Amino acid sequence: MSGRHGKPEQPPNQDQVRGERPVSDYPASEQAMSERAASDRAMSDHDIVEYEYPSRPRGAGRAFLDVRDLAVHFQTEDGLVRSVDGISFQVERGRTLGIVGESGSGKSVTSLSLLGLHKRPDRRGRGGARLSGEIWLDGEELVSMSPEKLQALRGDKMAMIFQDPLSAMHPYYTVGTQIAEAYLVHNKVSKSVARKRAIEMLDRVGIPQPNSRVDDYPHQFSGGMRQRAMIAMSLVCNPQLLIADEPTTALDVTVQAQILDLMRDLQREFNSALIIITHDLGVVAELADEIMVMYGGKAIEYGPAKTVFTSPEHPYTWGLLGSMPRLDRAVQDRLLPIPGNPPSMINVPSGCAFHPRCAFAELTGGRSSNEVPELVATARDHLVRCHLQPDQRRRLFAEQIAPHL
Amino acid sequence: MLTFIIRRLFAAVGLLLVVTLITFWIFYILPLWAGQTSQSLAASYVGKQQNPAALHAVIVQFGFDKPLLVQYFDYVKGIVVGRPYSDGVQIVQCNAPCFGYSFKNYEQVWPTLLNRAPVTLSIAIGAGVLWLVFGVLSGVISAVRKGSIADRTSMGIALAGVALPVYFVGPLLEALTGKWSTVYVSFAANPLQWANSLLIPWIALAFGYAALYTRLTRAGMLDALNEDFVRTARAKGLGERKVLFKHALRSAITPIITIFGMDLGTVLGGAVLLEVTFSLPGLGYLAITSIQGQDFPMVMGVTLIAAFFIVIANIVVDVFYAIADPRVRLS
Repeated sequence: MSGRHGKPEQPPNQDQVRGERPVSDYPASEQAMSERAASDRAMSDHDIVEYEYPSRPRGAGRAFLDVRDLAVHFQTEDGLVRSVDGISFQVERGRTLGIVGESGSGKSVTSLSLLGLHKRPDRRGRGGARLSGEIWLDGEELVSMSPEKLQALRGDKMAMIFQDPLSAMHPYYTVGTQIAEAYLVHNKVSKSVARKRAIEMLDRVGIPQPNSRVDDYPHQFSGGMRQRAMIAMSLVCNPQLLIADEPTTALDVTVQAQILDLMRDLQREFNSALIIITHDLGVVAELADEIMVMYGGKAIEYGPAKTVFTSPEHPYTWGLLGSMPRLDRAVQDRLLPIPGNPPSMINVPSGCAFHPRCAFAELTGGRSSNEVPELVATARDHLVRCHLQPDQRRRLFAEQIAPHL
Repeated sequence: MLTFIIRRLFAAVGLLLVVTLITFWIFYILPLWAGQTSQSLAASYVGKQQNPAALHAVIVQFGFDKPLLVQYFDYVKGIVVGRPYSDGVQIVQCNAPCFGYSFKNYEQVWPTLLNRAPVTLSIAIGAGVLWLVFGVLSGVISAVRKGSIADRTSMGIALAGVALPVYFVGPLLEALTGKWSTVYVSFAANPLQWANSLLIPWIALAFGYAALYTRLTRAGMLDALNEDFVRTARAKGLGERKVLFKHALRSAITPIITIFGMDLGTVLGGAVLLEVTFSLPGLGYLAITSIQGQDFPMVMGVTLIAAFFIVIANIVVDVFYAIADPRVRLS
């Protein structure tokens, strides 16, 4: 596994495809490749990795959260499901990464694997999720960590906010009990201290009369309050990494903004690294510093939020932006939905997984359907996985896409 | 909560009245519709001396000569306040609750029921504890180790348990242990012997129920383990044991306890097959002998007791559910 740092976007089983790729076609990618090759040579497991990723200041040590070539595969009766197939990203404390994609793109699987919440294969190696790659959190590697050590980190150093707070909270225990429980696991304190802490957290996330609401059951809370309580529960141990999986999807629009504001405030207060997983570009526009767009288990565009929003280069990202309703657009313009459905994760389309739905696939002269594109830098800090030439992409965006957005 | 219980108790009384009406209809009115007369009904009680005087005496004793409505009213009145009875020799006062007088055994129904109830109660308690504990335990193990040898073994045994009737399992256990006779010893007399004497019947009865509960628990746990809140519990960093028992089992067991309450109520009304298999003098055995002997007052008494236990079990289960699940509001 000595080469794993060097090609973080590529699972080993696709090496042969990658080998056929005519590198000389791409000036920009060639530069990236040579950088990778350089880092490849210089690296061992304990080296500080110099790498072209947007979220971390150049020259610093390993990022607070550093995910490298993470793959999550599930062996099912129908075949191997490559839910996440070699993704890499970094998040520093105080920064926010937005992971965007359709259902089944692998974004939730990614987040669950960070916390080690996937079922492990049994002794005979059947069932469960097979993880490969590396997840470095504050200098500790999580993929190879023992389940016990990982359990100690879970809820303490890293925590998660789930999508639907009604089903994510136990219906038979009071909100206060559930928050206090999360605190008691990681802190040796009495129950009354934990309860005080729960009240304090409920107060902090803006629940009125926390002294009495602490004894309410989840079903007695409104949707927005439940999500606040959920946030209180995940923040009760001051986690340094917070993962929010579709935190506003189940909420009323009016409440969504409040929750997003709350999350931003709390992130500043606790200086935590935040990962927001969503299919809602509005949410990431609100919060994220960087954006990673996922498709078919791979990152297809990764860069600073502003860049991805103003000059997106992947046709899928264009499709996502085109699917977003906007009030400032003329009414007669139709939304530009992406045709077709997300790909099956068992029979991922050959070549670029997006090519069956891509309006520009034929412009690549068949390479889209034969060759898996690389995730390469198109500009500083901006990575795109597309066979189209960078200038071609920019022209297409400027001429055909941007006027309709 | 209290008003709910009181209201349910009133409803229960109403329901039991309906049960008396139906049983009365079955045993006293249906035969008349089928062509029987008061004479022929009485004839079955008289024995060999079929003379008109004896017949008439029986008819008067039963009250067959009165209008049906009056007969029914007398019956209900007896249960509520008691009534005098002629046992053929003298007038006896039958105190409330008076379920009538058995002319087959020459005894009042209610004391007989009271006499038999401890046996059935003993069976129900012992077997209930056994099947709940073992059923839930093996169900949890099956669910957690889904697909393992333990899971397949317990599912196989459970299938056998559901399929095999108690009159097969009972003698099988007797053959395996070589303990062919079961003599009931009351708990008050000797608790140790009580348990010892009932152990085989308990296992025989619990086997079938435990099998059912294993399957129920397994299915419930598998559902619960896929719930979001179990994932949340893991995400908090809780240990696997706490995740399983405090979070998953807590939600999976609630419906099981509910079914347990109902099943226990049914068994309390008489575990007929078991009691007959082991010749245990409980309510179920009483029911069978009374039916065979056409001892209508006794059959009605047993039926009413069984109905009573089921109705009470229903109320207990509803109240339990409201306590266990905070989302349930009693109204």
